[in-house]
Amino acid sequence: MTKLPSISRRHFLQTTLAGAAAAATPGLLSSSAFAATPLTIGFIYVGPKDDYGYNQAHAEGAAALKSIEGVTLVEEENVPETVDVQKTMESMINLDGAKLLFPTSFGYFDPHVLAMAKKYPDAQFRHCGGLWTKEKHPANVGSYFGYIHQGQYLNGITAGYASKSKKIGFVAAKPIPQVLQNINAFLLGARSVDPSITCQVIFTGEWSLAVKEAEATNALIDQGADVITCHVDSPKVVAQTAAGRGAFVCGYHANQSALAGDKYLTGAEWAWGNVYTDFIKTMQAGKPIGNFVRGGLKDGFVKMSPLGKAVSADARTKFEATQKTMLGGNFAVFKGGLKDNKGNVVVPAGKDYTEQAIELESMNYLVEGVIGSVA
Amino acid sequence: MEETALGLWGVPLAILAGAIRVSTPFIFVSLGETLTERSGRINLGLEGTLVFGAMSAYAVAVLTQSAWLGVLAAMCAGAVFGLLHGFICKFPKVNDIAIGIAMMQFGLGLAFFLGKPFIQPVAPKLPSIPLGNWSSLPQVQAALTINVLFIVGLILTFAIAWMLKNTRIGLILRVVGDSSDAARAMGINPNTVRLLATAAGGALAAIGGAYLSLFYPGSWNERISSGQGLMAVALVIFARWNPKGCLFASLLFGGAGALGPALQSVGVTQGYYLFYAAPYVLTLIILIMTSSPTTRLSGAPEELSLTK
Repeated sequence: MTKLPSISRRHFLQTTLAGAAAAATPGLLSSSAFAATPLTIGFIYVGPKDDYGYNQAHAEGAAALKSIEGVTLVEEENVPETVDVQKTMESMINLDGAKLLFPTSFGYFDPHVLAMAKKYPDAQFRHCGGLWTKEKHPANVGSYFGYIHQGQYLNGITAGYASKSKKIGFVAAKPIPQVLQNINAFLLGARSVDPSITCQVIFTGEWSLAVKEAEATNALIDQGADVITCHVDSPKVVAQTAAGRGAFVCGYHANQSALAGDKYLTGAEWAWGNVYTDFIKTMQAGKPIGNFVRGGLKDGFVKMSPLGKAVSADARTKFEATQKTMLGGNFAVFKGGLKDNKGNVVVPAGKDYTEQAIELESMNYLVEGVIGSVA
Repeated sequence: MEETALGLWGVPLAILAGAIRVSTPFIFVSLGETLTERSGRINLGLEGTLVFGAMSAYAVAVLTQSAWLGVLAAMCAGAVFGLLHGFICKFPKVNDIAIGIAMMQFGLGLAFFLGKPFIQPVAPKLPSIPLGNWSSLPQVQAALTINVLFIVGLILTFAIAWMLKNTRIGLILRVVGDSSDAARAMGINPNTVRLLATAAGGALAAIGGAYLSLFYPGSWNERISSGQGLMAVALVIFARWNPKGCLFASLLFGGAGALGPALQSVGVTQGYYLFYAAPYVLTLIILIMTSSPTTRLSGAPEELSLTK
């Protein structure tokens, strides 16, 4: 069977009509070039914008852009990590004239963002969490992420002081590097308080599965875990279920203290507003925006929830001291000689991985003391 | 630390607890669908009704601060969905399966649209009865904290089974389901019976939704159901249109669903994706084992478009 070159109807109409329009009205296109550079930005979320979690954190960051002059925001939520997201990106570019797209969910990157970037070389794509490399990926794509495992390490410190059973629990979605970093950092933080602590992890296999997350939380508590945190898109169910069973909760993505009340210790939150504002200011100034943007506590990418009532004075002291070192920028969560839970040395002796270490972005192990497996 | 951990005993306990916690929506949806299908019509739209029920229950509970008013609102909304399905299917040459799929999408879309402002607020939860106080183990106490709706579901199962077998209403329902001609000869209008049966089925399915949003997991968002309504419709066939079979199938499905997290929590961590498939594999195995190449599905209503 011969393969016809595939041109979508929308693409065909767009190119022919745009050409005709530009030819017919030469004065129209240049007339809007006064005031601040107009810029349409598209945000795509995998879930609802107000989920107390990942999407809410991004939507709050996007909302911070509304005050910038010349910026038009287009948003779409509940876009699955399938070819649907390609359609959304195409319509944002073609119909809304978006010049910069933020497809925020992990699974959008490969192949969807990459495919659209090849098709629309004039648009810029910045993806949250993906690992962009200069050799492999188009130049109009980039990735940004925050070193939120620093926040999970701080979570772990409060958990280490709060746990009486010396067993803490983690409800995780999928075993990808960002999630594994968080699980490992949470345990390492707790072990910095008491080296006998273990962390049980349960993978649900999906970013958002309310019933399974509740079941996983219950299963962890049934096995004796008394501090629970998570890395799923919406920590609402985990926070409510754990607090309801009397376990302490460390938050993630956004502040869940309203859901867990006195059981809320602290939480690792995103501060995307700073990150997005930087991107837009750079773009409006006519400069190229970064392809590989990273930052942690120090850079204002990540912040911590205010400490809860249940956090002891000792825990507060250590938490604040560690946070101060991290803000100074020289704190390595993953220290030399670290072993995974199968006994292999994963961080070479004498070599500490600070948050910038590129090795961390391809993490595929759980450290010693984490009960669980990545496959 | 060992005194608080159950070790391997946690697995059967988790399966039991999961069977009780997770099965309730399945029980209500499959009972509702049994009523509808026994009248000779299939309503595939119950996934939409379930999600809309979850949304309306949560919204009304947030606004009135009463979980029971939420359940009532869900029942009314579910009945309206059922009535709409039943009304459209009354017309000649309308396919009930196609209408069901349309109603499912309609229910999902409407629930997402109207439910936007209710994702963040926290609604009051439905009450539950602590039946585990005899045990000193907190795990057992937690497993036996049984929601009122689960108990209602149990009672309803036996009530519907009795109703179908022993009452005039049950007889009318079965006659309509097995032969429209016989029903007409008895002076019964099959369309009216089916309309009411679909409405009742919708109301029950919506209660299942209310359980999801108001008790377990107890929050409203757009992924709350993840296909449970569709699965429950399939369970009806699995249960051979028998209410007690529905109860058994729902419990089995709930318990098997708890297997994945429970095994990971005791350290069986390899291959969790396979364990998560356990309920579906189990359903397949039982369906294959009970199928027969020579006889038709036993218990199937004759008028059902699925079996015609």
